[in-house]
Amino acid sequence: MKLTLAGISHHRAPIELRERVALDLDACSELAARLEGEAVVLSTCNRTELYLARDEDAAGEAVGVLTGLAGGAADDLVPAFYRLHDEAAALHLFRVAAGLDSLVPGEGEILGQVRSAFEAGSPGPFLDRLFRQALHTGRRVRIETAIGESPASVPSAAAALAQQVFGDLAGRRVLLVGAGKMSEATARNLVTRGAQIAVVANRTLAHGEDVARRLRAEAVALESIPVELEQADVLVSATSGGELVLTRADVASAFRGRRGRPLLLVDLAVPRDLDPAINDLDGCFLYDVDDLQAVVAETLSGRRGEAARAERLVADEAERFRAWQASLDVVPTIASLRALVEEIRDRELARAGGKLSERERLHVESVLSQILAKLLHLPTIRMKEAAAAADGVVYADVVRHLFGLEDEGRRR
Amino acid sequence: MAELLVVPALLAYGEAAVAYAGELRGPGLGGRLATWGVRLGWLAQTALLIGQATSADGFPWGTWAGALNLFVWLVVGAYLIWGCTPRYRLLGLTVMPVAALLLALAWVGGGTAFDEGDHSGAALAVHAVLMLAGFAGLTLAAGMAVLYLWQERRLKRHERRLLRVRVPPLDVLDRVAARSVLGSLVVLTLGIGVGAASFERGDFDAAMAVTLAIWGTYAALLVLRREGLRGRRAALLNLAGFALVAVVLPITHFA
Repeated sequence: MKLTLAGISHHRAPIELRERVALDLDACSELAARLEGEAVVLSTCNRTELYLARDEDAAGEAVGVLTGLAGGAADDLVPAFYRLHDEAAALHLFRVAAGLDSLVPGEGEILGQVRSAFEAGSPGPFLDRLFRQALHTGRRVRIETAIGESPASVPSAAAALAQQVFGDLAGRRVLLVGAGKMSEATARNLVTRGAQIAVVANRTLAHGEDVARRLRAEAVALESIPVELEQADVLVSATSGGELVLTRADVASAFRGRRGRPLLLVDLAVPRDLDPAINDLDGCFLYDVDDLQAVVAETLSGRRGEAARAERLVADEAERFRAWQASLDVVPTIASLRALVEEIRDRELARAGGKLSERERLHVESVLSQILAKLLHLPTIRMKEAAAAADGVVYADVVRHLFGLEDEGRRR
Repeated sequence: MAELLVVPALLAYGEAAVAYAGELRGPGLGGRLATWGVRLGWLAQTALLIGQATSADGFPWGTWAGALNLFVWLVVGAYLIWGCTPRYRLLGLTVMPVAALLLALAWVGGGTAFDEGDHSGAALAVHAVLMLAGFAGLTLAAGMAVLYLWQERRLKRHERRLLRVRVPPLDVLDRVAARSVLGSLVVLTLGIGVGAASFERGDFDAAMAVTLAIWGTYAALLVLRREGLRGRRAALLNLAGFALVAVVLPITHFA
């Protein structure tokens, strides 16, 4: 069985080209069903790829399908397509599932997208094995390396810090001070990790209400912050006022009603909104933009180191898949050989049938089956090993010739 | 010959203690090697304890070294239940070096040998096992308190590598340590109760006084926690209680 991949991605195509062949999940499913044989279509904001369990000629057809999706003049699209086969295609998919081919290496969303594409596609035994191993590879990379844990932006670093303090953020209350883009982006990052944006405090109440509506929160005036602080777990502040919104004394006073619960304060404003002395209070952890940027810079350098480890894991998995795929070359020969010996056994048993009692016949059949199974065991293992080492076809040819299997096509 | 099972146990615990340090650079091979070290070491020690139990007529862990042997097994066993999950792996960094060191001490002190054992009766044996189990839980709680203080310090100092080392979340450490203290205190109370049943006038000694002080310290920690004592101060009180367990109690009990 051969594997063919044709696709387009952010490496060679700008968004103007990618968006012309982008598909939603239903369209991916429809297209996979329309293609001949086993097919899976993966389409994300960074790539659209067709995986086919067919020979190399299928790549041309796949590119044709993709250019067809773009409609109109597709000349500018064709140079952006890549075509990969067998081991290279499997390695590519494993790298994609592991997040190593993403814009931000290690991003976790792609693994879910690969799973959805697999479930929506039309895989047979071959692509089923390929995609299951790709998903396993993606999970393995996330478990065995730290590539997916490090945030790549200030808002995601703030959310990751909240998880360092609280663990699971489900039900944690976030107090948003200021209704700018930065605070909203941070709030959304916290929400995706389970936190609840409880209150939006803004100088202009009307604007605060807009943001609060979008985040399903309550809008309050800036003056209410000390009161709201008692209930909050995380405070994100990004106003543009230039004055301190909260002093050490404000937080210390709110802390009396918190019964020792920790508080994470994220100050995204420049000039800063929060008194730096707040960090000295027991149970308070204050981070400003510089602190967060330093964390991001460090984790991004860490990602590069982790990416090297992840590449090794992916290469291991690709090698395992290659060995499995190569073993498929000898499977028909093994099946034919087994069919041949079983046919001989049955024929000889039938000839001797009249001379044996039922009990004796069963006994002879059992002994014969055991002898044949033992005889075939080692050659089967050796052929599979040879297949993994790329000698499988030679071995298979020799076996077919020695046992006269060439003429026994019906046994396949 | 079976006495030599302490050697693989010790080697495996030692390997785990060293390998956990590798986890500090990031999750990966170090953590997995450490986890297997803990598992294999614990299995070897379990076999050793079974051997001691079957060959002894009485309670085989009545001496300070024997008690230390059983104590290490309980600590590692409690850690194994949940400590080996990736999120809590770094707890091993505080637990396994101590476990390896204490097991080595138990070995040197003859606590891993096969002998007749102590014939003080079943009640005293149950009392000893319950007390050791309680102290084992408190040891884990102390490990979590150490990890809490370390992580809190890193958060306060805005360490750049903060997100690269997989440490349990601060609030989770605080809660799990409190639960460990609660569970240990229940077991300790049962142990004290069993011990009190065979108590006779004139038996009261310094070790009992320290045990009651330990119980009181941890009970106070739980009560104060309900009143809002959490985080750093709770971790420090936890460690103060553990200082009584680790230093004062052995001196008064075995001196």
